[in-house]
Amino acid sequence: MGITDIPAMAVAGDNEAAPAPAGPRAGRSAQPATEPPPPAPSPSPVTRLQHLLHARATLGPAVVLAVAIIVFASVSDRFMQPANVSLVLQQVAVVGTLAVGQTIIILTAGIDLSVGAVMVLTSIVMGKLSAEAGLPGPVAIGAGFAVGLACGLINGGLVTRLKLPPFIVTLGTLNVFFALNLWYSESATIRGTDMSSTLLWTGETFTVFDTRVTYGSVIMLVLFAGMGFALRMTAWGRHVYATGDDAEAARLSGIRTSRVLLSVYVVAGLVYALGAWILIGRIAAASPQAGQSENLDTITAVVLGGTSLFGGRGAILGTLLGALFVGVLRNGLALSGVDVLWQNFAVGIFVIVAVALDQWIRRLR
Amino acid sequence: MMPSDSTTLDAAPRDLADPPVLAARGLVKRYGPVTALGGADFELMEGEVLAVIGDNGAGKSSLIKALSGALVPDEGEIEVCGRPAHFTTPVDARAAGIETVYQTLAVAPSLDIASNLFLGRETRRRGVLGSWLRMLDHAKMRSEAARHLNDLGIMTIQNPTQAVETLSGGQRQAVAVARAAAFGSRVVIMDEPTAALGVRESRAVLDLILEVRGRGLSVILVSHDMPLVFEIADRIHVQRLGRRAGVVTPASHTMTDVVAIMTGAAPAPE
Repeated sequence: MGITDIPAMAVAGDNEAAPAPAGPRAGRSAQPATEPPPPAPSPSPVTRLQHLLHARATLGPAVVLAVAIIVFASVSDRFMQPANVSLVLQQVAVVGTLAVGQTIIILTAGIDLSVGAVMVLTSIVMGKLSAEAGLPGPVAIGAGFAVGLACGLINGGLVTRLKLPPFIVTLGTLNVFFALNLWYSESATIRGTDMSSTLLWTGETFTVFDTRVTYGSVIMLVLFAGMGFALRMTAWGRHVYATGDDAEAARLSGIRTSRVLLSVYVVAGLVYALGAWILIGRIAAASPQAGQSENLDTITAVVLGGTSLFGGRGAILGTLLGALFVGVLRNGLALSGVDVLWQNFAVGIFVIVAVALDQWIRRLR
Repeated sequence: MMPSDSTTLDAAPRDLADPPVLAARGLVKRYGPVTALGGADFELMEGEVLAVIGDNGAGKSSLIKALSGALVPDEGEIEVCGRPAHFTTPVDARAAGIETVYQTLAVAPSLDIASNLFLGRETRRRGVLGSWLRMLDHAKMRSEAARHLNDLGIMTIQNPTQAVETLSGGQRQAVAVARAAAFGSRVVIMDEPTAALGVRESRAVLDLILEVRGRGLSVILVSHDMPLVFEIADRIHVQRLGRRAGVVTPASHTMTDVVAIMTGAAPAPE
């Protein structure tokens, strides 16, 4: 994160370039906004840590991920082996991709509970159009993206036009989209062998440094890079942050906040369609029962990545780190012979710790 | 002068050939059974600081919102430099050279100073990066932000990449004023700029207002802070019961007189 990256200690009131108060205009008795340097209460190490984490939102997740990797690498010999690294990357690809959409929605102080349902519906549309209607792969995929876009328009339209809370809107559409998915698929899984190979391409691999990497993982990484660019380097990204930070302030600043919100839900819908394509490659099928856990997993990744559920704060890189952390944690615990239920237990604990940390960091003034 | 009369007191002599930089006639705004504005008039001359005062519910906020485009009046006309203007959003008013510093400041706390100064009118890079990739010119916006802050004599803020939430109340106010002064070409509206500030920071805001006027901008100052109003205003618009009760000057009336007009205890100046 570069833009909001301030030297963390600038907060303590020392502006390196300026011996401020006695500047060239010292003749004026009361300079605008001149005030005594904020009482520097000789920052304790804890306060300094708070400032540092406040200024660098992705530092925490990065450290936690690194620690997890070091711990599991020392506990299990298999953890760092190429085959296992490849496995973690594949496991993270779908949730990571979806979490990109979830992140931009949460940045606007919203939440999307329909992630999994949109993904499953679009994957079924892609699979069915290819396997049963016999449409060419790219056309089937394009139709899937159109469905994702429509889902995003519906969510965003309800949030911006009817002014309903995103939680309620997406709780409703979660059920609607999932029911449509069961109806359209007739609750039957579509086998990958019946589909165009284009749909399965995301599951194919190439090898780097003895590690097999799926194209789906690469798509995910490219998506993160692209979204990172959009959020940091474009006006749209600034407006997403401003809208989530304080929607009324953003509106008074001349930002069309409804338009920003709608665009966020539409982009998220397209991102979920991308996730659906990656899912088809990963499981070599389109299953109407897939994606049940994705809703909460994406929120977990976003929260662990240091993005605030209250909006306006966070970074897309954090979400990648958060998704990787969940993948590493589950995989490492599994390798250590820990039961799945205790993996969930551990993820749950980390989510609560992450949100508690976020509250603590934001209390900084 | 009668409240409905739109001529101003001769306290502030003006050249009749010069229309007010911002004027309103007969503004009406109703919220259901409540009449917030009941035919309010308003006139702001070029280069003056006009204070707008009034009791709670006198329609100050609605008047200011109408003038800044945040509210569309049900009836009435607004003129900018003698030409009719129709504001439906704050963007329209901004395009006419009218900038507003809201009481809430309307800043995004988590964004840095430069991003806040340019919020909603970001500068893009030149060439393909800007036109095709829509890439922002962060370097230019930062240097411009630093220049604007310096122009206003805000020396305590040195680092335009600092997040606004790390600033003190006075510094945040300064950022909001700098944004208005940087882009406003005619009028800067300041809504209760000292309400949240201590004595020392209020002094600083006063200097800022004078600095803004010194650049030839007209200032509308909405404030409950009577000493501030009497120290800085050229004229005082007294709002009462949704209309303009009258316009006085710090020279012609005392604070007690003005409070009496405000509350209806004394008749408006003829």
